[in-house]
Amino acid sequence: MTTPAAAPLLRMLLAQTKSELLIRWRVPAFSVTNLVLPIVFFTFFGLPIAHLRSADGVSIGAYLLASFGAYAVGNVMVYGFGIGVANERGMKIDRLMRASPLPPYVFMLAKVLTALLFALLALVLLIGFGIVVGGIRETPIIWATVIARLLAGSLPFIGLGFAIGYWSGPNAAPAVANLIYLPLSFASGLFVPLSQLPQFIQNIAPFLPSYHYAQLGWSAIGAGHESLGVSLVWLGGYSALFLALALRFYRREERAKFA
Amino acid sequence: MVDNLGAMASVVELRGARKRFGEVEAVKGVDLTIGAGELVALLGPNGAGKTTSIALMLGLRQPTGGQALLFGLEPNDRRARSRCGVMLQESGTTGMLTVRELVDLFRAYYPSPLPADRAIALAGLEAKAGARAGTLSGGERQRLYFALAVCGDPEALFLDEPTVGMDVETRRGVLESIRALSAAGKTIVLTTHYLEEADLLAHRIVVIDHGVVIADATPREIKARIPSKRVNFRAESAVGDATFQGLPVQNLEIADHRVHLLSNEPEVVLRALFERGVGVRDLEVTGADLEEAFLSLTKRG
Repeated sequence: MTTPAAAPLLRMLLAQTKSELLIRWRVPAFSVTNLVLPIVFFTFFGLPIAHLRSADGVSIGAYLLASFGAYAVGNVMVYGFGIGVANERGMKIDRLMRASPLPPYVFMLAKVLTALLFALLALVLLIGFGIVVGGIRETPIIWATVIARLLAGSLPFIGLGFAIGYWSGPNAAPAVANLIYLPLSFASGLFVPLSQLPQFIQNIAPFLPSYHYAQLGWSAIGAGHESLGVSLVWLGGYSALFLALALRFYRREERAKFA
Repeated sequence: MVDNLGAMASVVELRGARKRFGEVEAVKGVDLTIGAGELVALLGPNGAGKTTSIALMLGLRQPTGGQALLFGLEPNDRRARSRCGVMLQESGTTGMLTVRELVDLFRAYYPSPLPADRAIALAGLEAKAGARAGTLSGGERQRLYFALAVCGDPEALFLDEPTVGMDVETRRGVLESIRALSAAGKTIVLTTHYLEEADLLAHRIVVIDHGVVIADATPREIKARIPSKRVNFRAESAVGDATFQGLPVQNLEIADHRVHLLSNEPEVVLRALFERGVGVRDLEVTGADLEEAFLSLTKRG
């Protein structure tokens, strides 16, 4: 009997993803921030006006659920990868992983799968909260569209998270992630609708990744400001930019540690 | 069990391997072949280049000169990695998973792993199997890394300073496991700066200092070459290098009447001195520390 030369990649991927899920679940900095914070923000900013409708008949509650949903998914990606990767570099987990038979791309893929599952959970909890507590009604198809689009469109934030994770140290990463992601979300109208923000922010917003990302959800409930194609082009561009940055910082790290 | 893949190749092959970090050349041309089933200790003082040599063997570092092969393949090749278990210095693991969860995770990386219980038992961690890695003591953490190295049932084990931070009891247990794995046919490469540990375990000791191999022999031969005792005394009359002519001494230092030397046979030296009429006062004979012993090896080499 001959033994196979290496373990099946799928078995590695499943085991790695299971471990990543357990870790994320057990670290409150991730689980609470990822799952609870969007609901808390929505309770403060969204619930009081959730029953209103705009002049063109769009439910403000649904609009804000889409906004906070966009915030929630970006949050999972930027914090999860940013702080997670920086921490692992600080703890030198990468060194043992590098010496193991686990290919680096399986390691990365498991992180992405875990983040997507967490983002899905965050969206289900947030939207469920809005439906049950806020009495916000849309058809299941619309909610499913919002969820699917926000998950599929999250690539720029995966790139941004990896870039922060490979660029900053474990102590700086939370500050860097906050300093980048919170203003980005605010200025894109994710917390307060754009129409109520100062004019100069309304002028900046159309250049921000989170603005075009939120359009994916807003347009699903009939409140988008641009066509899906335009959103996708912007998101594709930002994905390329952030992934290129992430790759650059990753390679810098590779050279320093493993060259 | 060896499959066709690299069946003819040795486990480790360094050919004139060099590694430069900026201004410092940590490894300066190492030639080393380690065959299947060998238990080799890389011995040397801190900073000698042992860890860098292991990193070259495993592809964690790329040589700046020469070549490194693992099972006849590029060390980064997954087929080569799948035949190796590794315990590194300066590496970490998440603190949020339990010992058993981590062992199960690492088992999934290998084609035909050991049962988790067996790996945990080899590391003597049965009582801590359900504890999160973050709650383990330093010595327990070392044992966890040992469990992660062996759990894939690999053909070759690379253990960089495996017993650092362990108390006497657990150190004995881990050394026992290493010996048992060797007896079962595993190839084992370990680094240590304890001559005693290398002597106890290894079939072959490779002494590395300043990035070069200065000795590669059996423990018995190495011990014969390394002076094991330090002798200090005050001579009652003037002495010089000539006084010690033909005696088994190394690193002889004479300042005024104070004499310091290293020797494997202090009794022979002292008897000869008495016969030559040298009065000896304030005599001290102590075990030489390894750093000193290496110095003498380097000087001879």
